[in-house]
Amino acid sequence: MLRSGRNLQLLSKNVVRENLRLLSSTPQPSPKDATKKVAKERTLDKKPVKSSSFVMNLFIGSSNTAQVFPFPDGLNTEHKETLGVLVDPVQKFFEEVNDAALNDSQSAVPEATTQGLRELGAFGLQAPVEYNGVGLNNTQYARLVETVGGFDLGVGIFLGAHQSIGFKGITLFGTEEQKKKYLPKVATGEQFAAFCLTEPSSGSDANSIRTRAVLSPDGKHYILNGSKIWISNGGFAEVMTVFAQTPITDPATGETKDKVTAFIVERKFGGVTSGPPEKKMGIKCSNTAEVYYDNVPVPIENVLGGVGQGFKVAMNILNNGRFGMAAALSGTMKASTKTAIQHATARVQFGRRIDSYGTIQEKLARMAMLHYVTESMAYMISSNMDKGSTDFQLEAAISKVFASEAAWNVTDEAIQILGGNGFMSANGLEKVLRDLRIFRIFEGTNDILRLFVALTGLQYAGGHLKQLQKAVKSGNVGVILGEAAKRAKRTVGLRQSNSLSEVHPKLALQAQLTSKAVEGFGITVESLLIKHGKNILDEQFLLNRVAAAAIDIYANVVVLSRATRALNMNISSANHEEMLARVWCNEALDRIQLNLTAVKSQSQLSNFSTMSQIAKEMCEHGGLIQQNPLGI
Amino acid sequence: MSLRILVGCKRVIDYAVKIRVKPDKSGVITEGVKHSMNPFDEIAIEEAVRMKEKKIAKEIVAFSCGPTQCQETLRTALAMGADRGIHVEVSGPEYETLQPLHISKMLAKLAKDEQIDLIIVGKQAIDDDCNQTAQMTAALLDWPQATSASKIEAKDGSLQVVREIDGGLETIKVKLPSVVSADLRLNEPRYATLPNIMKAKKKPIKKLAPKDLGVDVSPRIQVVTVEEPPVRQAGAKVENVDAVIEKLKALGHA
Ligand SMILES: Cc1cc2nc3c(=O)[nH]c(=O)nc-3n(C[C@H](O)[C@H](O)[C@H](O)COP(=O)(O)OP(=O)(O)OC[C@H]3O[C@@H](n4cnc5c(N)ncnc54)[C@H](O)[C@@H]3O)c2cc1C
Ligand SMILES: Cc1cc2nc3c(=O)[nH]c(=O)nc-3n(C[C@H](O)[C@H](O)[C@H](O)COP(=O)(O)OP(=O)(O)OC[C@H]3O[C@@H](n4cnc5c(N)ncnc54)[C@H](O)[C@@H]3O)c2cc1C
Repeated sequence: MLRSGRNLQLLSKNVVRENLRLLSSTPQPSPKDATKKVAKERTLDKKPVKSSSFVMNLFIGSSNTAQVFPFPDGLNTEHKETLGVLVDPVQKFFEEVNDAALNDSQSAVPEATTQGLRELGAFGLQAPVEYNGVGLNNTQYARLVETVGGFDLGVGIFLGAHQSIGFKGITLFGTEEQKKKYLPKVATGEQFAAFCLTEPSSGSDANSIRTRAVLSPDGKHYILNGSKIWISNGGFAEVMTVFAQTPITDPATGETKDKVTAFIVERKFGGVTSGPPEKKMGIKCSNTAEVYYDNVPVPIENVLGGVGQGFKVAMNILNNGRFGMAAALSGTMKASTKTAIQHATARVQFGRRIDSYGTIQEKLARMAMLHYVTESMAYMISSNMDKGSTDFQLEAAISKVFASEAAWNVTDEAIQILGGNGFMSANGLEKVLRDLRIFRIFEGTNDILRLFVALTGLQYAGGHLKQLQKAVKSGNVGVILGEAAKRAKRTVGLRQSNSLSEVHPKLALQAQLTSKAVEGFGITVESLLIKHGKNILDEQFLLNRVAAAAIDIYANVVVLSRATRALNMNISSANHEEMLARVWCNEALDRIQLNLTAVKSQSQLSNFSTMSQIAKEMCEHGGLIQQNPLGI
Repeated sequence: MSLRILVGCKRVIDYAVKIRVKPDKSGVITEGVKHSMNPFDEIAIEEAVRMKEKKIAKEIVAFSCGPTQCQETLRTALAMGADRGIHVEVSGPEYETLQPLHISKMLAKLAKDEQIDLIIVGKQAIDDDCNQTAQMTAALLDWPQATSASKIEAKDGSLQVVREIDGGLETIKVKLPSVVSADLRLNEPRYATLPNIMKAKKKPIKKLAPKDLGVDVSPRIQVVTVEEPPVRQAGAKVENVDAVIEKLKALGHA
């Protein structure tokens, strides 16, 4: 009944942790929780960490709907009223003052526009009011950056690098003194901030940074040396969150090891210089530059979040900002879609308006669905964050991956609908497409985030499986019987009744199939763990399929929740939303099936190893292996 | 001078929204439609704020009459620089038959209650285009009026106002207290900045009912039907000038 668990090689906590560390931009618990977390890890053998995250629980085949049903609302009446007033000035500013095409062609934001953004309050949207910020919650912030994303992603990154990552560490981990000292000036945009992690030899692998800080002989300063590349706002930022290795001695063993520490570094400390603005494909008006630190004296008071806690600080900053990217990109998608609709409903070819052709209709419908998923994810996550959830790292990672790929597809298809016009600069879409490309690369590449989702989930599932093994060994009847009953139902086909029962009856079928997919996902995960043990870490072909299925399942649940809300409230778009949700889910369910089958299908597994072989040969050869058929 | 200024701020369907008529032709669709402050009223607020910045005014009271969401309109006015707001709440259906005369009565009563020296309103609202409120308010109060103002200068106890009239400009002088209506070129209103919007949350908004001001808003009119403007007929392309003339002749134009 229970699969024999005797020689299971489960994921050892340490192996996964080390491996996750190799994956940059993988959020970690906040330093504040660090001690608690260690304690938890020690007891993990007995009891796996409980999570209220839907995606996390998906890995044990369970639908935990606490964060997804009903569709959360991050705004109370007062927030709503305030937001209603806030949206207009931002919209007007981008319509009337900011000139996205000009910013792009000059590769800079004119000072007058920057000043306008300062006056608008755009540099301190979430900074607390007492420190000159606007004091928005995550959902309010999401709504405003949605507007920014609809107009100018370059300015979006200028603003985002400043507040979403540049000084976010100070709001999240800063001491009162640090907040008092730095926030008032950065929140108004009097000074600009930057987030300085990436180095020439360290991108995705953030833990491998070489920039180092060592205590000065008098113990009052850290002396910082090293160089960073591709730092947004790096050319002019006055206040930087800089990550560097610091030697740390373990009191128990006396051994000294380098660990990453975050510092608040002011340009005026001395020894800070920066390179010229990089020339790049998109978000041209956002400054990207190298920053060098040459014996920079950083007062010890400027350690941010604790010595040796830098990696967690970095990952938490990124984790806390991802929903904003999804929100901004949903604004971009809205704008691209609108342009496409305007064209499609005006252009006549072959005697008919092109919106009457199935080809164009399919494109438009797909654009709408991708937008619906992205927008729903952004606001679901921001609302959960506003409600105090801290268990959203997988959802946030998924939203970043999904949004950046969806926005790319939507804008690409919008260009296709416009035909030759789409390729012309005057239409603006080609600029948007160039701007969008970076979103799949920075703040954690999508590839790394996929692996992060899969590995974190597998680790969670591994903990559960291990617990079960122990129970079998020790004869813990309660646990065994509970599990046995669950499995018996599964095999006999008596499913636990639809675990997504909150979904509106009109979408009951999709809910039921998605809930079945959750179970199927859990079974697949378990069999992968049993088959590969800790070696699953290196099975990226498989991990990517697991991640793809997880993303699709989460997307399904998100849109089912959103559409259910619309139907229950009977809002005017309810029927439209139901259609979006239905088709989205139906298609996603097919993909989920494919991906879950792929990890065990012999033919697919053989394809994977063949592809691995193909790539190896190419890399050994340094190019494509075959000549053209002419042989010349 | 240290005037107390009352400014009318109407909540209207945003100028950029394409207006749609309800299927039953009883009115236009307002649900889920973006609303904002009547643009002429924004100009009125801006003028009042500038007078306060020049120390001509000491207090600006923003007034709005309509459903609950008028609070947002008032918040915008407060964020632009008004000191406090007065919201006369009128429910959706009643609001649909509300007339400029009702608003004028409210403004007149408030002017007295609040010891107002100057009322500034937009010259018209972009939804009903009535252009009546300033004039009727002045009449009810028996105050002088300066409508369609494109420039206002305060000079010891009176205002010199430049008005845009057909084919030229007229400069008039009105004694205070008075009623002024703002025209398009009076000024360019500022944005409500986000920090100011947040600060404005602390500014008070007083909520009143029409009856608190002794105004009876029971409908005097009945909307019979609201119709879309006729759809423009599709044009046709012609090959050359001769064909144009031909066409025009056929249509009886030449
Ligand atoms: C315009 C721009 C602005 C930026 N702004 C900032 C900023 O403000 N602050 C900052 O610190 N950084 C910034 N960056 C850097 C950015 O975060 C990095 O480019 C990103 O983290 C990826 O690192 P990398 O470019 O070194 O690529 P690499 O890490 O070298 O990755 C190269 C490729 O290998 C893949 N890969 C890497 N490791 C693995 C693995 N283990 N398994 C499978 N695949 C793997 C990646 O997914 C990627 O496809 C910016 C970059 C750009 C281009
Ligand atoms: C850089 C550039 C160089 C060019 N060079 C040349 C050149 O040298 N010589 C020249 O003659 N032309 C040239 N062109 C024009 C080019 O060939 C056209 O842009 C192309 O044929 C598409 O036409 P269109 O842009 O008018 O798009 P449309 O024909 O309007 O198409 C718009 C969209 O509708 C779709 N569509 C149209 N009809 C249907 C249908 N019946 N069913 C379903 N979908 C439909 C299209 O696939 C497209 O997605 C150039 C264009 C560009 C951008």
